[in-house]
Amino acid sequence: MSTPAPAPTTAVSNPSVDPLTPNLSDAAIMRASATPNLPEPTQQMEKVAKLIDISKCIGCKACQSACAEWNETSPEIGICDGTYTNPPDLSSEMYTLMKFSEWENPDSGNLEWLIRKDGCMHCEDPGCLKACPAPGAIVQYTNGIVDFVSDKCIGCGYCISGCPFDIPRMSPTRNVVSKCTLCSDRVAVGQGPACAKACPTQAIVFGTKDDMMAHAETRVDDLKSRGYDRAGIYDPQGVGGTHVFYVLQHADKPELYSDLPADPKISEVVEGWKGPAKAVGLAAIGLAAVGTVLHSIFGKPNTVSAEDQSEAEELVDAELGAEGQQREEV
Amino acid sequence: MNIDLSRRSFIKLAGAGVVASSLGSLGFGEAEAQELAHIKPFRLTTLTETRNTCPYCSVACGIIMYSEGDARNGQAELIHIEGDVDHPTNRGTLCPKGAALKDFVRSESRLTEPKIRRPGSDAFEPISWDEALDRIARALKDDRDENLVQFNEDGVPVNRLTTTGVLAASATTNETAWATFKVIKAMGIAGFDNQARV
Repeated sequence: MSTPAPAPTTAVSNPSVDPLTPNLSDAAIMRASATPNLPEPTQQMEKVAKLIDISKCIGCKACQSACAEWNETSPEIGICDGTYTNPPDLSSEMYTLMKFSEWENPDSGNLEWLIRKDGCMHCEDPGCLKACPAPGAIVQYTNGIVDFVSDKCIGCGYCISGCPFDIPRMSPTRNVVSKCTLCSDRVAVGQGPACAKACPTQAIVFGTKDDMMAHAETRVDDLKSRGYDRAGIYDPQGVGGTHVFYVLQHADKPELYSDLPADPKISEVVEGWKGPAKAVGLAAIGLAAVGTVLHSIFGKPNTVSAEDQSEAEELVDAELGAEGQQREEV
Repeated sequence: MNIDLSRRSFIKLAGAGVVASSLGSLGFGEAEAQELAHIKPFRLTTLTETRNTCPYCSVACGIIMYSEGDARNGQAELIHIEGDVDHPTNRGTLCPKGAALKDFVRSESRLTEPKIRRPGSDAFEPISWDEALDRIARALKDDRDENLVQFNEDGVPVNRLTTTGVLAASATTNETAWATFKVIKAMGIAGFDNQARV
């Protein structure tokens, strides 16, 4: 038996090449898509989180580069659309993307360059998982990581409409959906995500959610002392908090950061379809089945009265007789 | 479309459907969901680690190269590169170029030997180090003998050689950088830069 992997507490660490027993297993799964009778997870792990401090980001894209290298994706060589955002959007080959937006601050008159690292937020209440109809294709671990299992993905794309942040992308060639895994394979052996390790300004840091929250608070205090009165933490409660969260200079206006939703929620269509509609549908099926059984017990076969019978016989005879005459004529 | 389906067989089929979906919702669909966790196996396990320095710029970040196979007989294949946390310069971090180093190493157009584009040719061809260094020395000497500017218009000695340019490596030690600078400047060469600024 190999040594158990250490708990993931930081991204500032060199991975071991020794075989380690991964610390993410079936026992650590707290939710799985379309699996209502999932056994209670026996392995409770400390919640992890990745904090992205937008005020420290220099927009170098080392995270994007490290992400593509670690996940062995090869984003298409794109074109320049007039901004530094490249490729223009997340794709099945680009799990994280620096989105550059320029904003003229009406209070100070300054032009501010707001650079947001877009990617999966790893919601505590994941809309993708709720929407997914394929058993076990999306799982959530007790440490907060929401992971896609491509082998079980049926390529329906429901997770895309279920995501409040518009993150998952369908691969046009493999027909399965993919997104950031928070480097679950690295976290499983006690490492942090590749993007957080590469970040040269420590704008991306990784650790336990408690540690990251404490760090985020010190960052907000620092920003406030530098005149960013509205600095704050973006950890939206509409989806139960997220395991990738931001420190924003302008936390009162998250839309400034390339349309970061102010109050993200799982679409009502998904909530309705997977909640009440499911119960109503099952009830309808049940009622129909009960009705069928009752009908087969109490329902009588159609009876024919003696008059109807004789009338019908006469009709038939008349018809046959007529036909017989016609035939003779021919 | 014309389906030949009697009333009786339609009811049979419908009944079978109800039974199947009821069994499904009673929990017999579990077989599908076995082995839920599907974490990718860690792909650096059992690879060989080699410490090195990023070749891009003079910051000289420490990197760890992960390779498979035996490098001693030239059979190693580079699998991954990432920053070295133990290195005092970068403490594990890298820039976007450094983070994508693996592709630089494995690039098909990577320069692995000296090459020369001969006068009138439109293609580079391989040349041995000895021949390359001899040719460079010869060309440098000839050019310097011909074009060295010893005095400017006012008769002030300047010893300036403006017709040769030198591009040096960036990932070198301070000592190598010092020696390189002294040699190049002693020859009076003005056009001198390093690869990090290209």
